Amino acid sequence: MASRIQVPAEARRGELVEIRVLIQHPMETGYRTDDTGRRIARNTIRTVTCRYEGVEVFRADLSSGIAANPYLQFTTVAEASGTLEFEWVDDAGVQESARHSIQVTG
Amino acid sequence: MRRRHFLVGVGAAMLLPQSALAQASPVDELIRAATHGAPARKARVKLDLPVLADNGNSVVMKVRVESPMSAADHVRSIRLLSERNPVQEMVTFHLGPRAGRAEIASRVRLAGSQNVVAVAEMSDGTFWFDVANVIVTLSACIDES
Amino acid sequence: MIVRVAALAAALSAAACALPAGAQERTPPLDKLQSGAAFLSPELRAQQLDDFANPGMLWVERGAKLWAAPAGASGRSCADCHGDARASMKGVAAGHPLVDRGSGRLVNVTDRILECRTERQGAPRPASESNEVLALGAFVAHQSRGVPVAVTIDGPARTHFESGRALYTRRVGQMNLACTQCHDANWGKTLFSERISQGHPNAYPAYRLEWQTLGSLERRIRACLSGVRAEMLPYGAPEYRDLELFLMWRAAGLAIETPGLRR
Repeated sequence: MASRIQVPAEARRGELVEIRVLIQHPMETGYRTDDTGRRIARNTIRTVTCRYEGVEVFRADLSSGIAANPYLQFTTVAEASGTLEFEWVDDAGVQESARHSIQVTG
Repeated sequence: MRRRHFLVGVGAAMLLPQSALAQASPVDELIRAATHGAPARKARVKLDLPVLADNGNSVVMKVRVESPMSAADHVRSIRLLSERNPVQEMVTFHLGPRAGRAEIASRVRLAGSQNVVAVAEMSDGTFWFDVANVIVTLSACIDES
Repeated sequence: MIVRVAALAAALSAAACALPAGAQERTPPLDKLQSGAAFLSPELRAQQLDDFANPGMLWVERGAKLWAAPAGASGRSCADCHGDARASMKGVAAGHPLVDRGSGRLVNVTDRILECRTERQGAPRPASESNEVLALGAFVAHQSRGVPVAVTIDGPARTHFESGRALYTRRVGQMNLACTQCHDANWGKTLFSERISQGHPNAYPAYRLEWQTLGSLERRIRACLSGVRAEMLPYGAPEYRDLELFLMWRAAGLAIETPGLRR
Protein backbone atom coordinates (compact mmCIF):
# COMPACT_ATOMS: atom_id res chain seq x y z
CA MET A 1 0.00 0.00 0.00
CA ALA A 2 1.37 3.39 -0.92
CA SER A 3 1.01 5.93 1.83
CA ARG A 4 1.86 9.52 2.61
CA ILE A 5 2.49 10.76 6.09
CA GLN A 6 3.08 14.35 7.02
CA VAL A 7 4.85 15.05 10.29
CA PRO A 8 6.78 18.27 10.84
CA ALA A 9 10.49 17.65 11.05
CA GLU A 10 10.86 19.98 14.02
CA ALA A 11 8.72 21.36 16.81
CA ARG A 12 9.12 23.18 20.11
CA ARG A 13 8.51 21.23 23.28
CA GLY A 14 4.87 21.40 24.26
CA GLU A 15 3.82 22.59 20.82
CA LEU A 16 0.79 21.02 19.17
CA VAL A 17 1.88 19.08 16.11
CA GLU A 18 -0.50 18.27 13.26
CA ILE A 19 -0.18 14.85 11.66
CA ARG A 20 -1.74 13.84 8.37
CA VAL A 21 -1.96 10.34 6.97
CA LEU A 22 -3.18 9.22 3.54
CA ILE A 23 -3.12 5.52 2.72
CA GLN A 24 -3.81 4.04 -0.69
CA HIS A 25 -6.41 1.37 0.00
CA PRO A 26 -9.73 0.55 -1.70
CA MET A 27 -11.56 0.09 1.64
CA GLU A 28 -13.66 -2.48 -0.17
CA THR A 29 -17.03 -2.55 1.55
CA GLY A 30 -18.04 -6.08 0.71
CA TYR A 31 -21.30 -4.82 -0.79
CA ARG A 32 -20.11 -4.27 -4.32
CA THR A 33 -20.36 -6.81 -7.11
CA ASP A 34 -18.07 -7.25 -10.07
CA ASP A 35 -19.38 -7.29 -13.63
CA THR A 36 -20.19 -11.00 -13.44
CA GLY A 37 -22.44 -10.29 -10.47
CA ARG A 38 -20.09 -11.87 -7.92
CA ARG A 39 -19.68 -10.07 -4.62
CA ILE A 40 -16.28 -8.46 -4.11
CA ALA A 41 -14.96 -9.53 -0.73
CA ARG A 42 -14.75 -6.97 2.03
CA ASN A 43 -11.29 -5.62 2.68
CA THR A 44 -10.95 -2.51 4.77
CA ILE A 45 -8.17 -1.17 6.94
CA ARG A 46 -9.12 -2.15 10.49
CA THR A 47 -6.79 -0.13 12.65
CA VAL A 48 -4.39 2.74 12.22
CA THR A 49 -2.09 3.38 15.17
CA CYS A 50 0.42 6.09 15.90
CA ARG A 51 3.06 5.49 18.57
CA TYR A 52 5.35 8.24 19.77
CA GLU A 53 8.54 6.73 21.16
CA GLY A 54 6.62 3.53 21.78
CA VAL A 55 3.60 5.11 23.46
CA GLU A 56 0.29 4.97 21.59
CA VAL A 57 -0.92 8.54 21.10
CA PHE A 58 -3.64 7.88 18.54
CA ARG A 59 -5.64 4.93 17.30
CA ALA A 60 -8.48 4.74 14.80
CA ASP A 61 -10.71 1.70 14.38
CA LEU A 62 -12.00 2.05 10.84
CA SER A 63 -14.81 0.38 8.94
CA SER A 64 -16.33 0.50 5.47
CA GLY A 65 -17.77 3.83 6.57
CA ILE A 66 -14.43 5.48 5.91
CA ALA A 67 -13.84 6.52 2.31
CA ALA A 68 -11.42 4.71 -0.01
CA ASN A 69 -7.81 5.87 0.25
CA PRO A 70 -8.37 6.82 3.89
CA TYR A 71 -7.29 10.20 5.12
CA LEU A 72 -6.70 10.98 8.78
CA GLN A 73 -5.67 14.24 10.38
CA PHE A 74 -5.01 14.47 14.11
CA THR A 75 -2.68 16.12 16.61
CA THR A 76 -0.14 15.20 19.22
CA VAL A 77 1.96 17.22 21.64
CA ALA A 78 5.68 17.48 20.86
CA GLU A 79 7.25 15.99 23.98
CA ALA A 80 10.72 14.79 23.05
CA SER A 81 12.81 14.14 19.96
CA GLY A 82 12.27 10.69 18.64
CA THR A 83 10.34 8.46 16.31
CA LEU A 84 6.70 8.37 15.43
CA GLU A 85 5.72 4.94 14.23
CA PHE A 86 2.59 4.46 12.17
CA GLU A 87 1.07 1.06 11.71
CA TRP A 88 -2.02 -0.19 9.97
CA VAL A 89 -3.56 -3.56 9.21
CA ASP A 90 -6.42 -4.56 6.93
CA ASP A 91 -9.00 -7.37 6.79
CA ALA A 92 -6.69 -9.42 4.58
CA GLY A 93 -4.09 -9.29 7.32
CA VAL A 94 -1.72 -7.07 5.37
CA GLN A 95 0.20 -4.98 7.87
CA GLU A 96 2.34 -1.98 7.05
CA SER A 97 4.23 0.59 8.99
CA ALA A 98 6.17 3.77 8.50
CA ARG A 99 8.46 5.78 10.72
CA HIS A 100 9.05 9.49 10.93
CA SER A 101 11.50 11.34 13.13
CA ILE A 102 10.73 14.53 14.93
CA GLN A 103 13.24 16.92 16.44
CA VAL A 104 11.91 18.64 19.54
CA THR A 105 13.74 21.71 20.75
CA GLY A 106 13.46 23.69 23.95
CA MET B 1 -35.53 17.08 8.56
CA ARG B 2 -33.97 17.54 11.99
CA ARG B 3 -35.92 16.54 15.03
CA ARG B 4 -35.84 18.79 18.00
CA HIS B 5 -34.32 17.32 21.10
CA PHE B 6 -35.49 18.62 24.42
CA LEU B 7 -33.37 18.39 27.51
CA VAL B 8 -35.27 17.05 30.48
CA GLY B 9 -32.86 17.89 33.26
CA VAL B 10 -33.11 17.59 37.00
CA GLY B 11 -30.46 19.49 38.86
CA ALA B 12 -27.01 18.42 37.77
CA ALA B 13 -28.22 15.22 36.17
CA MET B 14 -27.74 14.83 32.43
CA LEU B 15 -30.43 12.85 30.77
CA LEU B 16 -30.86 11.45 27.30
CA PRO B 17 -32.78 14.03 25.22
CA GLN B 18 -36.15 12.79 24.07
CA SER B 19 -37.51 13.47 20.62
CA ALA B 20 -40.63 15.61 20.36
CA LEU B 21 -42.56 12.58 19.13
CA ALA B 22 -41.80 10.73 22.37
CA GLN B 23 -40.55 7.63 20.59
CA ALA B 24 -36.91 6.63 20.21
CA SER B 25 -35.57 7.98 16.92
CA PRO B 26 -32.72 6.13 15.25
CA VAL B 27 -30.41 8.88 16.48
CA ASP B 28 -31.42 8.21 20.10
CA GLU B 29 -30.86 4.51 19.58
CA LEU B 30 -27.44 5.10 18.09
CA ILE B 31 -26.44 7.20 21.06
CA ARG B 32 -27.82 4.68 23.54
CA ALA B 33 -25.91 1.86 21.85
CA ALA B 34 -22.69 3.87 21.93
CA THR B 35 -23.02 4.78 25.60
CA HIS B 36 -24.45 1.39 26.67
CA GLY B 37 -27.51 3.19 27.95
CA ALA B 38 -25.66 5.89 29.88
CA PRO B 39 -27.00 9.42 29.40
CA ALA B 40 -25.42 11.74 26.85
CA ARG B 41 -25.64 15.49 26.44
CA LYS B 42 -25.68 17.46 23.21
CA ALA B 43 -22.81 19.83 23.90
CA ARG B 44 -19.03 20.22 23.63
CA VAL B 45 -18.90 18.11 20.46
CA LYS B 46 -18.94 19.75 17.04
CA LEU B 47 -19.40 17.49 14.03
CA ASP B 48 -18.77 19.21 10.69
CA LEU B 49 -20.20 17.60 7.57
CA PRO B 50 -21.42 19.36 4.42
CA VAL B 51 -25.16 19.92 4.18
CA LEU B 52 -25.08 18.52 0.65
CA ALA B 53 -22.48 15.87 -0.15
CA ASP B 54 -20.79 15.87 -3.56
CA ASN B 55 -20.82 12.10 -3.60
CA GLY B 56 -21.62 9.59 -0.87
CA ASN B 57 -18.36 7.77 -1.57
CA SER B 58 -16.24 10.46 0.05
CA VAL B 59 -17.56 13.15 2.36
CA VAL B 60 -15.21 15.48 4.21
CA MET B 61 -15.69 15.18 7.99
CA LYS B 62 -14.24 17.07 10.90
CA VAL B 63 -15.05 16.48 14.57
CA ARG B 64 -13.93 18.62 17.52
CA VAL B 65 -14.53 18.21 21.24
CA GLU B 66 -14.01 20.99 23.77
CA SER B 67 -11.67 19.59 26.38
CA PRO B 68 -8.50 20.68 28.18
CA MET B 69 -6.97 17.30 27.18
CA SER B 70 -5.12 17.15 30.46
CA ALA B 71 -4.28 13.97 32.34
CA ALA B 72 -7.19 14.67 34.66
CA ASP B 73 -9.71 15.74 32.05
CA HIS B 74 -9.56 14.55 28.47
CA VAL B 75 -11.43 12.83 25.66
CA ARG B 76 -10.98 9.06 25.72
CA SER B 77 -12.71 8.31 22.48
CA ILE B 78 -14.88 9.73 19.72
CA ARG B 79 -17.22 7.42 17.81
CA LEU B 80 -18.98 8.23 14.60
CA LEU B 81 -22.31 6.48 14.03
CA SER B 82 -24.43 6.30 10.92
CA GLU B 83 -28.19 6.16 10.79
CA ARG B 84 -28.39 4.44 7.43
CA ASN B 85 -25.08 2.84 6.52
CA PRO B 86 -25.02 -0.97 6.53
CA VAL B 87 -22.33 -0.71 9.19
CA GLN B 88 -23.53 1.70 11.89
CA GLU B 89 -20.21 2.18 13.67
CA MET B 90 -18.25 4.13 11.14
CA VAL B 91 -15.08 4.79 13.09
CA THR B 92 -13.79 5.11 16.63
CA PHE B 93 -10.93 7.45 17.41
CA HIS B 94 -8.99 6.70 20.60
CA LEU B 95 -7.32 9.75 22.06
CA GLY B 96 -5.82 10.78 25.38
CA PRO B 97 -3.90 13.66 26.95
CA ARG B 98 -1.02 13.16 24.48
CA ALA B 99 -3.34 14.37 21.69
CA GLY B 100 -3.23 17.94 22.94
CA ARG B 101 -6.46 18.71 21.17
CA ALA B 102 -9.49 16.56 20.35
CA GLU B 103 -9.85 17.43 16.69
CA ILE B 104 -9.86 14.91 13.89
CA ALA B 105 -10.52 15.17 10.17
CA SER B 106 -11.21 12.35 7.77
CA ARG B 107 -13.41 11.40 4.83
CA VAL B 108 -16.42 9.17 5.34
CA ARG B 109 -18.80 7.14 3.19
CA LEU B 110 -22.50 7.80 3.45
CA ALA B 111 -25.08 5.44 2.01
CA GLY B 112 -27.79 8.00 1.36
CA SER B 113 -29.12 11.08 3.10
CA GLN B 114 -29.04 10.65 6.87
CA ASN B 115 -28.05 11.82 10.31
CA VAL B 116 -24.54 11.14 11.52
CA VAL B 117 -23.82 11.16 15.24
CA ALA B 118 -20.51 11.79 16.98
CA VAL B 119 -20.34 10.52 20.57
CA ALA B 120 -17.42 11.49 22.79
CA GLU B 121 -16.51 9.62 25.96
CA MET B 122 -14.57 11.64 28.52
CA SER B 123 -12.05 10.48 31.06
CA ASP B 124 -14.64 11.04 33.79
CA GLY B 125 -16.99 8.58 32.11
CA THR B 126 -19.48 11.14 30.81
CA PHE B 127 -20.81 11.14 27.25
CA TRP B 128 -21.39 14.09 24.92
CA PHE B 129 -22.63 14.18 21.35
CA ASP B 130 -23.49 16.12 18.22
CA VAL B 131 -25.65 15.27 15.21
CA ALA B 132 -25.21 16.38 11.61
CA ASN B 133 -27.63 15.88 8.78
CA VAL B 134 -26.27 15.27 5.31
CA ILE B 135 -28.15 15.14 2.03
CA VAL B 136 -26.62 12.60 -0.30
CA THR B 137 -28.10 12.47 -3.78
CA LEU B 138 -27.66 9.91 -6.49
CA SER B 139 -25.21 10.67 -9.23
CA ALA B 140 -26.87 12.47 -12.15
CA CYS B 141 -25.60 10.04 -14.75
CA ILE B 142 -25.25 6.29 -14.41
CA ASP B 143 -21.59 5.37 -14.62
CA GLU B 144 -20.82 1.82 -15.63
CA SER B 145 -17.36 2.63 -16.94
CA MET C 1 -26.26 27.63 -31.21
CA ILE C 2 -26.39 23.82 -31.42
CA VAL C 3 -27.85 24.03 -34.92
CA ARG C 4 -25.12 26.45 -35.98
CA VAL C 5 -22.35 24.21 -34.66
CA ALA C 6 -23.82 21.09 -36.24
CA ALA C 7 -24.24 22.84 -39.59
CA LEU C 8 -20.69 24.17 -39.46
CA ALA C 9 -19.35 20.72 -38.63
CA ALA C 10 -21.28 19.22 -41.51
CA ALA C 11 -20.02 21.83 -43.92
CA LEU C 12 -16.42 21.42 -42.88
CA SER C 13 -16.35 17.67 -42.92
CA ALA C 14 -18.19 17.40 -46.21
CA ALA C 15 -15.36 18.72 -48.35
CA ALA C 16 -11.83 20.02 -48.21
CA CYS C 17 -12.25 23.49 -46.87
CA ALA C 18 -9.77 26.34 -46.81
CA LEU C 19 -10.97 27.86 -43.53
CA PRO C 20 -8.00 28.81 -41.34
CA ALA C 21 -7.87 27.22 -37.88
CA GLY C 22 -8.81 30.43 -36.08
CA ALA C 23 -12.08 30.67 -37.98
CA GLN C 24 -13.61 27.62 -36.23
CA GLU C 25 -16.35 28.58 -33.92
CA ARG C 26 -15.34 27.90 -30.33
CA THR C 27 -17.90 26.77 -27.81
CA PRO C 28 -17.44 28.03 -25.16
CA PRO C 29 -15.48 31.06 -26.42
CA LEU C 30 -11.92 31.31 -25.10
CA ASP C 31 -12.77 34.04 -22.61
CA LYS C 32 -15.57 31.93 -21.09
CA LEU C 33 -13.54 28.79 -20.45
CA GLN C 34 -13.75 27.34 -16.95
CA SER C 35 -12.02 24.24 -15.68
CA GLY C 36 -14.09 21.50 -14.06
CA ALA C 37 -12.65 22.63 -10.74
CA ALA C 38 -14.90 25.70 -10.95
CA PHE C 39 -17.95 23.43 -10.76
CA LEU C 40 -16.87 21.60 -7.61
CA SER C 41 -18.10 22.31 -4.10
CA PRO C 42 -15.70 24.45 -2.00
CA GLU C 43 -14.76 21.32 0.02
CA LEU C 44 -13.77 19.37 -3.05
CA ARG C 45 -11.96 22.28 -4.64
CA ALA C 46 -9.93 22.76 -1.45
CA GLN C 47 -9.15 19.05 -1.41
CA GLN C 48 -7.87 19.15 -4.99
CA LEU C 49 -5.62 22.09 -4.20
CA ASP C 50 -4.23 20.38 -1.12
CA ASP C 51 -1.26 18.43 -2.47
CA PHE C 52 -1.17 16.21 0.57
CA ALA C 53 -4.85 15.37 0.90
CA ASN C 54 -5.56 15.05 -2.85
CA PRO C 55 -5.84 11.24 -3.24
CA GLY C 56 -4.67 11.52 -6.87
CA MET C 57 -1.24 12.42 -5.54
CA LEU C 58 -0.85 8.83 -4.32
CA TRP C 59 -0.65 7.85 -7.99
CA VAL C 60 1.65 10.74 -8.86
CA GLU C 61 4.03 9.61 -6.12
CA ARG C 62 3.85 6.02 -7.27
CA GLY C 63 4.50 7.28 -10.81
CA ALA C 64 7.65 9.03 -9.61
CA LYS C 65 8.93 5.75 -8.18
CA LEU C 66 8.05 3.85 -11.35
CA TRP C 67 9.81 6.52 -13.42
CA ALA C 68 13.05 5.70 -11.67
CA ALA C 69 12.65 1.92 -11.62
CA PRO C 70 14.17 -0.38 -14.28
CA ALA C 71 11.52 -2.19 -16.28
CA GLY C 72 11.27 -5.07 -18.69
CA ALA C 73 13.99 -7.01 -20.46
CA SER C 74 15.88 -3.79 -21.15
CA GLY C 75 16.52 -3.18 -17.46
CA ARG C 76 16.12 0.50 -18.24
CA SER C 77 13.99 2.97 -16.35
CA CYS C 78 12.13 5.92 -17.86
CA ALA C 79 14.76 8.13 -16.23
CA ASP C 80 17.57 6.39 -18.09
CA CYS C 81 16.31 7.87 -21.37
CA HIS C 82 14.25 10.85 -20.22
CA GLY C 83 16.26 12.04 -17.25
CA ASP C 84 14.55 14.31 -14.76
CA ALA C 85 10.85 14.32 -15.63
CA ARG C 86 10.41 17.81 -14.21
CA ALA C 87 12.41 19.09 -17.17
CA SER C 88 11.85 16.53 -19.90
CA MET C 89 8.11 16.02 -19.40
CA LYS C 90 7.17 19.63 -18.75
CA GLY C 91 4.58 20.68 -21.32
CA VAL C 92 4.27 17.20 -22.81
CA ALA C 93 0.77 16.44 -21.55
CA ALA C 94 -0.38 19.94 -22.55
CA GLY C 95 0.54 19.22 -26.16
CA HIS C 96 -0.96 15.75 -26.53
CA PRO C 97 -2.64 14.09 -28.33
CA LEU C 98 -0.60 14.61 -31.46
CA VAL C 99 0.21 12.74 -34.65
CA ASP C 100 3.31 10.66 -34.12
CA ARG C 101 5.74 11.33 -36.96
CA GLY C 102 6.96 7.75 -37.05
CA SER C 103 3.70 5.83 -37.04
CA GLY C 104 1.38 8.55 -38.39
CA ARG C 105 -1.08 7.66 -35.63
CA LEU C 106 -2.76 10.09 -33.26
CA VAL C 107 -1.36 9.28 -29.84
CA ASN C 108 -1.88 10.50 -26.30
CA VAL C 109 0.40 10.27 -23.26
CA THR C 110 -0.91 6.82 -22.33
CA ASP C 111 -0.07 5.52 -25.81
CA ARG C 112 3.45 6.90 -25.38
CA ILE C 113 3.86 5.11 -22.07
CA LEU C 114 2.55 1.83 -23.46
CA GLU C 115 4.86 2.13 -26.47
CA CYS C 116 7.89 2.81 -24.30
CA ARG C 117 7.06 -0.09 -22.00
CA THR C 118 6.66 -2.58 -24.84
CA GLU C 119 8.98 -1.34 -27.60
CA ARG C 120 11.81 0.26 -25.66
CA GLN C 121 11.80 -1.37 -22.27
CA GLY C 122 10.79 -4.83 -23.46
CA ALA C 123 8.07 -5.26 -20.87
CA PRO C 124 4.76 -7.04 -21.40
CA ARG C 125 2.04 -4.61 -22.37
CA PRO C 126 0.19 -3.43 -19.26
CA ALA C 127 -3.53 -2.59 -19.36
CA SER C 128 -4.12 1.08 -20.11
CA GLU C 129 -6.27 1.44 -17.00
CA SER C 130 -3.89 -0.47 -14.71
CA ASN C 131 -2.55 1.31 -11.65
CA GLU C 132 0.94 1.17 -13.16
CA VAL C 133 -0.04 3.03 -16.32
CA LEU C 134 -2.33 5.42 -14.46
CA ALA C 135 0.46 6.24 -12.03
CA LEU C 136 2.96 6.96 -14.80
CA GLY C 137 0.33 8.89 -16.75
CA ALA C 138 -0.59 10.97 -13.71
CA PHE C 139 3.08 11.59 -12.94
CA VAL C 140 3.86 12.71 -16.49
CA ALA C 141 0.78 14.93 -16.77
CA HIS C 142 1.53 16.38 -13.33
CA GLN C 143 4.81 17.75 -14.74
CA SER C 144 2.64 19.95 -16.94
CA ARG C 145 0.58 21.27 -14.05
CA GLY C 146 0.02 24.96 -14.66
CA VAL C 147 1.02 24.74 -18.33
CA PRO C 148 -1.73 25.94 -20.69
CA VAL C 149 -3.29 23.37 -22.97
CA ALA C 150 -1.98 23.84 -26.53
CA VAL C 151 -2.49 21.16 -29.15
CA THR C 152 -2.06 21.46 -32.88
CA ILE C 153 -4.92 20.65 -35.25
CA ASP C 154 -3.08 21.50 -38.47
CA GLY C 155 -1.58 19.17 -41.03
CA PRO C 156 -2.09 15.45 -40.35
CA ALA C 157 -4.06 16.27 -37.18
CA ARG C 158 -6.78 18.02 -39.17
CA THR C 159 -8.84 14.94 -40.11
CA HIS C 160 -8.67 13.68 -36.51
CA PHE C 161 -9.85 17.06 -35.27
CA GLU C 162 -12.81 17.10 -37.66
CA SER C 163 -13.70 13.56 -36.69
CA GLY C 164 -13.49 14.52 -33.01
CA ARG C 165 -15.74 17.49 -33.48
CA ALA C 166 -18.28 15.39 -35.38
CA LEU C 167 -18.31 12.93 -32.47
CA TYR C 168 -18.77 15.78 -30.01
CA THR C 169 -21.86 17.06 -31.81
CA ARG C 170 -23.46 13.73 -32.73
CA ARG C 171 -26.43 12.54 -30.71
CA VAL C 172 -25.94 9.04 -29.30
CA GLY C 173 -27.57 6.56 -26.98
CA GLN C 174 -31.05 5.87 -25.75
CA MET C 175 -31.18 9.41 -24.46
CA ASN C 176 -30.16 10.69 -27.87
CA LEU C 177 -27.79 13.29 -26.50
CA ALA C 178 -24.63 14.85 -27.90
CA CYS C 179 -21.80 16.14 -25.69
CA THR C 180 -22.52 19.67 -26.84
CA GLN C 181 -26.03 19.61 -25.43
CA CYS C 182 -24.85 19.29 -21.84
CA HIS C 183 -21.43 20.87 -22.02
CA ASP C 184 -22.09 23.81 -24.36
CA ALA C 185 -25.79 24.55 -24.05
CA ASN C 186 -26.28 23.72 -20.37
CA TRP C 187 -23.00 24.05 -18.50
CA GLY C 188 -23.47 25.74 -15.14
CA LYS C 189 -27.02 24.46 -14.82
CA THR C 190 -27.99 21.77 -12.37
CA LEU C 191 -28.77 18.18 -13.27
CA PHE C 192 -30.23 16.55 -10.15
CA SER C 193 -27.92 18.14 -7.60
CA GLU C 194 -24.82 18.30 -9.80
CA ARG C 195 -23.69 21.33 -11.72
CA ILE C 196 -22.84 20.48 -15.30
CA SER C 197 -19.26 21.41 -16.19
CA GLN C 198 -17.97 22.49 -19.57
CA GLY C 199 -16.44 19.03 -20.03
CA HIS C 200 -12.76 19.90 -20.30
CA PRO C 201 -9.99 17.27 -20.17
CA ASN C 202 -7.31 19.38 -18.47
CA ALA C 203 -7.38 17.58 -15.10
CA TYR C 204 -7.01 14.01 -16.30
CA PRO C 205 -5.99 11.43 -15.18
CA ALA C 206 -8.25 12.42 -12.32
CA TYR C 207 -9.46 10.92 -9.05
CA ARG C 208 -13.19 10.52 -9.34
CA LEU C 209 -15.24 10.02 -6.18
CA GLU C 210 -17.67 7.96 -8.25
CA TRP C 211 -14.86 5.50 -9.07
CA GLN C 212 -13.14 5.77 -5.70
CA THR C 213 -9.92 5.71 -7.66
CA LEU C 214 -7.90 7.52 -10.29
CA GLY C 215 -8.95 7.05 -13.91
CA SER C 216 -8.18 8.19 -17.43
CA LEU C 217 -10.01 10.52 -19.78
CA GLU C 218 -11.04 7.47 -21.77
CA ARG C 219 -12.76 6.06 -18.72
CA ARG C 220 -14.50 9.38 -18.14
CA ILE C 221 -15.79 9.50 -21.70
CA ARG C 222 -16.99 5.90 -21.35
CA ALA C 223 -18.88 7.03 -18.25
CA CYS C 224 -20.59 9.76 -20.28
CA LEU C 225 -21.52 7.23 -22.96
CA SER C 226 -22.93 4.99 -20.26
CA GLY C 227 -24.76 8.00 -18.85
CA VAL C 228 -26.67 8.61 -22.08
CA ARG C 229 -27.16 4.84 -22.50
CA ALA C 230 -24.95 4.60 -25.52
CA GLU C 231 -22.62 1.72 -26.31
CA MET C 232 -19.27 2.22 -24.62
CA LEU C 233 -16.53 1.83 -27.20
CA PRO C 234 -13.68 -0.40 -26.04
CA TYR C 235 -10.54 1.14 -24.54
CA GLY C 236 -8.12 2.20 -27.24
CA ALA C 237 -10.83 2.96 -29.82
CA PRO C 238 -9.63 5.68 -32.24
CA GLU C 239 -12.80 7.64 -31.56
CA TYR C 240 -11.52 8.38 -28.06
CA ARG C 241 -8.29 9.81 -29.46
CA ASP C 242 -10.09 11.98 -32.02
CA LEU C 243 -12.48 13.25 -29.37
CA GLU C 244 -9.58 13.91 -26.99
CA LEU C 245 -7.87 16.03 -29.63
CA PHE C 246 -11.04 18.03 -30.16
CA LEU C 247 -11.56 18.45 -26.41
CA MET C 248 -7.99 19.62 -25.88
CA TRP C 249 -8.34 22.13 -28.73
CA ARG C 250 -11.57 23.33 -27.16
CA ALA C 251 -9.80 23.76 -23.81
CA ALA C 252 -6.94 25.83 -25.27
CA GLY C 253 -5.36 28.02 -22.64
CA LEU C 254 -6.75 26.20 -19.59
CA ALA C 255 -3.99 25.06 -17.27
CA ILE C 256 -3.30 21.37 -16.81
CA GLU C 257 -4.39 20.42 -13.27
CA THR C 258 -3.50 16.76 -13.02
CA PRO C 259 -4.27 15.09 -10.72
CA GLY C 260 -7.77 16.56 -10.71
CA LEU C 261 -10.42 15.68 -8.15
CA ARG C 262 -13.88 15.21 -9.58
CA ARG C 263 -17.22 13.80 -8.53
